[in-house]
Amino acid sequence: MDYMVIIIGAVLVNNIVLSQFLGICPFLGVSSRVSTAVGMGAAVIFVMTMATIATFLIQTMILEPLGLVFLQTVSFILVIASLVQLVEIVLKKVSPALYQALGVFLPLITTNCAILGVAIIVVGQGYTLGQGVVYAIGSSLGFVLALYVFAGLREKMDLLDIPKAMRGAPISLVTAGLLALAFGGFAGLV
Amino acid sequence: MSDINMKKEFFKGFLKENPVFVLLLGMCPTLGVTSSAINGLGMGLATTAVLLGSNVVVALVKNLIPDKVRIPAFIVIIASFVTIIDLTMAAFLPPLHEQLGLFIPLIVVNCVILGRAEAFASKNGLVVSVVDAFGMGFGFTFALTLLGAAREILGAGALFGLPVPFLSDNPILLFVMPPGAFLALGFLIAAVEAVRKKAAAVSASRA
Repeated sequence: MDYMVIIIGAVLVNNIVLSQFLGICPFLGVSSRVSTAVGMGAAVIFVMTMATIATFLIQTMILEPLGLVFLQTVSFILVIASLVQLVEIVLKKVSPALYQALGVFLPLITTNCAILGVAIIVVGQGYTLGQGVVYAIGSSLGFVLALYVFAGLREKMDLLDIPKAMRGAPISLVTAGLLALAFGGFAGLV
Repeated sequence: MSDINMKKEFFKGFLKENPVFVLLLGMCPTLGVTSSAINGLGMGLATTAVLLGSNVVVALVKNLIPDKVRIPAFIVIIASFVTIIDLTMAAFLPPLHEQLGLFIPLIVVNCVILGRAEAFASKNGLVVSVVDAFGMGFGFTFALTLLGAAREILGAGALFGLPVPFLSDNPILLFVMPPGAFLALGFLIAAVEAVRKKAAAVSASRA
């Protein structure tokens, strides 16, 4: 039950993109086509879960016992960057098909602030490893949901006659604002 | 590098290559912390400080770093400065530190900073890199403060905490909430875009 609350909270109520403003760059950058949005989303689910486990273990087994918590930012970003590299190498060897699908998105993920953000939130909230993993999966699902819906909207927007000054980024942001407003309807669900 | 170029490097950050309005970099803190003008200003200055530190160090050590590991090296340099700023703010500005919260450690992944280290400081000398850091940093601060001010005036009827007549009785609460961030930034970018187009048209007709 507890896990269910964390998942619903992370996917719908406190959606990582639309209410916490993490991962906005890929949200705006790779959302012009539904197919790329799905590829990016899958890569994020994978890396975010792995990164949360890795950073959680580093925090509880290395930084806290040694009193090195001030190195959190430095060590987390290094772990995430190396993890992304590692995932890329392993994927290339083990599953070339999956690598074909996710490959281009992996390097971009290092600078996706949602990954570092979720890692910091998980240790900051005092979650257990199980709760942390569930939260990471929920958050990444929320990212995928937001990205998927937004990409669908943007594909439709190509056909519209939009005022000149609003074309490109401005209309995307306004659309994202309306989407965020819609997600605001989930407030109070948990 | 002549004086005129220095000036150009400094001022490009404000409008022509504004990191937020034109390059669309660093969107997460831009949207996440600008519920008030003071938060936007604080975040902008913190980012400027990190940008300055990383640009200086990268410009100094650029010849010592092997090309293949330059990105990880840059990230470590940036992360060190972020930690310094994080701890300094926690010690001297606890209320602001509390408000900005998660977004301070996240300065590490702000693409503006890594972008400037990679695209500018690793290729240019120390002095120009400092000028570039100030220009880009102040451009970022300018954008965040402007967005924060717009959202605070509309959403809370105040500016830097001081009430604005009429609006303070009728605030549009939406603008300090998450959806308002997207809407306000969308319209601001459209406005900046219109101004830039007009300026470009004027300079083109003169030439």
